[in-house]
Amino acid sequence: MRPFTYARAATEDEAVAACTDGAAYLGGGTNLVDLMRLGVAEPARLVDVAHLGHDRIERRADGGLRIGAAVTNGDLAADRTVRAEFPLLAQAVLAGASGQIRNLATVGGNLLQRTRCAYFQDVTKPCNKREPGSGCPAREGEHRNLAILGHSAGCVATHPSDMAVALAALDAEVRVRGREGTRTIPFGDLHRLPGTAPERDTCLEPGDLITAVEVPPLRMPSRFRKARERASFAFALVSIAAALRTDVPGGTVTDVRIALGGVAHRPWRARRAEERLRGARASGEAFLRAAEAELEAAEPLRDNGYKVPLARNLIVRTLSGLVAP
Amino acid sequence: MNSVPADGPDPVRAEITLTVNGSEHRLGIDTRASLLDTLREDLGLTGAKKGCDHGQCGACTVLLDGRRVNACLALAVAHDGADVVTVEGLARDGRPTRLQEAFLAHDALQCGYCTPGQLCSATAVLDELGRGLPSAATPDPAAEPVPDDAEIRERMSGNLCRCGAYAGIVAAVREAARA
Ligand SMILES: Cc1cc2nc3c(=O)[nH]c(=O)nc-3n(C[C@H](O)[C@H](O)[C@H](O)COP(=O)(O)OP(=O)(O)OC[C@H]3O[C@@H](n4cnc5c(N)ncnc54)[C@H](O)[C@@H]3O)c2cc1C
Ligand code: SF4
Ligand code: FES
Ligand code: FES
Repeated sequence: MRPFTYARAATEDEAVAACTDGAAYLGGGTNLVDLMRLGVAEPARLVDVAHLGHDRIERRADGGLRIGAAVTNGDLAADRTVRAEFPLLAQAVLAGASGQIRNLATVGGNLLQRTRCAYFQDVTKPCNKREPGSGCPAREGEHRNLAILGHSAGCVATHPSDMAVALAALDAEVRVRGREGTRTIPFGDLHRLPGTAPERDTCLEPGDLITAVEVPPLRMPSRFRKARERASFAFALVSIAAALRTDVPGGTVTDVRIALGGVAHRPWRARRAEERLRGARASGEAFLRAAEAELEAAEPLRDNGYKVPLARNLIVRTLSGLVAP
Repeated sequence: MNSVPADGPDPVRAEITLTVNGSEHRLGIDTRASLLDTLREDLGLTGAKKGCDHGQCGACTVLLDGRRVNACLALAVAHDGADVVTVEGLARDGRPTRLQEAFLAHDALQCGYCTPGQLCSATAVLDELGRGLPSAATPDPAAEPVPDDAEIRERMSGNLCRCGAYAGIVAAVREAARA
């Protein structure tokens, strides 16, 4: 591992000022330290942002939540309000990693964790995300776990976060403190599709510090589910975060949110399926048609075609469960 | 720790204080040192094991300010001032905890390499259950968890055992949870 200097920032100002070129913010370190050990990340300086007072979950006036970027994944899933009013968020966090990792991992770091594509993590292999222009061996090689939607010739990676899938469904916003001041980014705009710049996972600029995630109230039944290769402690093959409201039980859909994980370079908000369902009668048939409409855009690779029916079935089963729990 | 390339930048040193199993230590460390390497190499506490160094096996699990964590992923420099309990510090006055006794009674180990991590992890699981915290196996995350086998398996899933002593581990944790 390359030697680095370490600075524990006490204020946002100090953190942003210290995060000059070659520096990286340190949350829990569960992804960054791992990547440094693998030689994938080589920061010359770590700016620890775990002590900026961003470790609280606050109730907003409208009933939503403001979740500090340094709240640990463990504390987020343990929060009584999150468990009762945003069950899909608690479930998504609890479905990720292990109890030990969740106690170190922070909200900000979770959102900015890098892909688990094996070539990205292996510095002896080419990879456009790690080394722009070097090529993408995953497209013809090992891609069973990679994207079926929104990928490009340059990169077929997926975003690994479970929590981000729930936040996409929740219409959350991300508060960012940058070199030019603060701004708020709609959650759907944070992560990018790879296009011709797969080295960029998000729209953030160098020095941008995530300070909090804003979550508006949900007030409808919701659920997160995750399909994986073993029962626990594995990344998603496909995951879903969904919420559904009908006018009367089994009646017309008045509001619906569907986000998929494990299928694209960012959490995939299934807008097409949502549009189909709004105003439709809530039925298994309608859910199936909506899922199929969404997945028409899928372009599975040689070895990950299984994700298309998996995503379809997860959508149908999860929405059906929300109608008749 | 990887060796430093001859032409690379010089290692950076830092001073930290850690309270480990009740005693305070002032330590000079390399900023790259993990909490695991610091415990094992600087303090001679070799209970916590290095199985993977990537957060994947749980052999390095310790209690950091009362919470279970993977010591291999924690940078020591980032935890200046922390309170750490390792497997060496679980017993009180030389007497094993109920959980440790349950591990013996249920043959919850074979080679024993994963056991320090299993014990630290399970100690925290008992605390988490006591505080009513949910897991992915809790049907309704807002409800109090019931410490059945499904809950225990899910909560212990960050600790791998290459000897496959899982049946005994689940039985031991179940017994300790009911005690
Ligand atoms: C074995 C293993 C299994 C895992 N399984 C899962 C899983 O099933 N599901 C899942 O979702 N995740 C999983 N993870 C990933 C884990 O959730 C992430 O590593 C963790 O959430 C990252 O958070 P952190 O605080 O440790 O981030 P760090 O490692 O500290 O940082 C990650 C990145 O975010 C940047 N950063 C951190 N904080 C900020 C901030 N406030 N503002 C701007 N930039 C910031 C850092 O510079 C770095 O680039 C797994 C990890 C491991 C090791
Ligand atoms: S899919 Fe993306 S991350 Fe994986 S090898 Fe290709 S460019 Fe790299
Ligand atoms: S050595 Fe830390 S999890 Fe394997
Ligand atoms: S007892 Fe041998 S690895 Fe668990």
